[in-house]
Amino acid sequence: MANTYLRQTPLAHLHLDARAANEAADATTGVHIGERLLLGMINLRGQRSNPDFGPAVKKVVGAALPDVNKTSGKPEGVHVLGLGPDEWLIITPTGEEADIHANLEKVVGEFHTAVTLTGESMTVIRLAGAHARDTLAKGCPVDMHPRVFGPGQCAQTILARADMTMHQTADDAYDIIVRRSFAEYVWTWLEDAAREYGVRVITGLR
Amino acid sequence: MLLIPCPYCGEREESEFHQGGEAHIERPKDPNKMTDEEWADYLFFRDNRKGVYLERWVHRHGCRRWFNVARDTATNQIVAVYKMGSKPPKSITSRVTMK
Repeated sequence: MANTYLRQTPLAHLHLDARAANEAADATTGVHIGERLLLGMINLRGQRSNPDFGPAVKKVVGAALPDVNKTSGKPEGVHVLGLGPDEWLIITPTGEEADIHANLEKVVGEFHTAVTLTGESMTVIRLAGAHARDTLAKGCPVDMHPRVFGPGQCAQTILARADMTMHQTADDAYDIIVRRSFAEYVWTWLEDAAREYGVRVITGLR
Repeated sequence: MLLIPCPYCGEREESEFHQGGEAHIERPKDPNKMTDEEWADYLFFRDNRKGVYLERWVHRHGCRRWFNVARDTATNQIVAVYKMGSKPPKSITSRVTMK
């Protein structure tokens, strides 16, 4: 019998839906934590020194190419993270990545580029609430004080010795992008770090 | 812990970086014409200088780019940071004895 591919999130085995149903958040909850389900991701390499490259990408993606450690687009829709001087991560709602990937390949093919689908290897953990920043700061060497790090900024760094890309999506909300194989470790670390602030699981994040 | 100013990401903690040895070491153009001693010197021997030292670093857990750092080995002070492929800034060359 042919095996059908069951697409699961990297944290599916933790049964977070059941936990969220049993543990309701209240006024004392300082941190809300959840997994954003099956977002699409495209890693884009290219030379911005070519003035036509940025506009060509924008035409397909709908968001401009941001500088390093900056982002563009809305976190709920297609958005782009600046990973390096010639590297970006395009994050899309579930299922939209294939079309964008195909169109990007067509449009940017004439430039010196690489376009790679990477969503299956990553997951996104959303951390929100009044103490989200305190929780992250326990294991992250980046200065997250609001005077230097705010909404719309991102950073590739370490969280509790695991590589992560952090994107601050609002004043008190962060998307933590980690490798699939690190997802459970980072999740349990975050839950433990957030325990003193009161932590509740949220589900259904897209 | 050093704070290293990555030319792309700005100041980040040392734990995000990895040191890659002495900078500006060029592979000899014609290795066959070299003596074993010269070849060994190219492969294995590096300066062990007290003072400003030019070395390569990579922002391994950040933007993953290589760059050059001029660091004082006596004080650990980072004197300058400059991108791959460029020469050390003029302001520090008097403090460095290039090979």
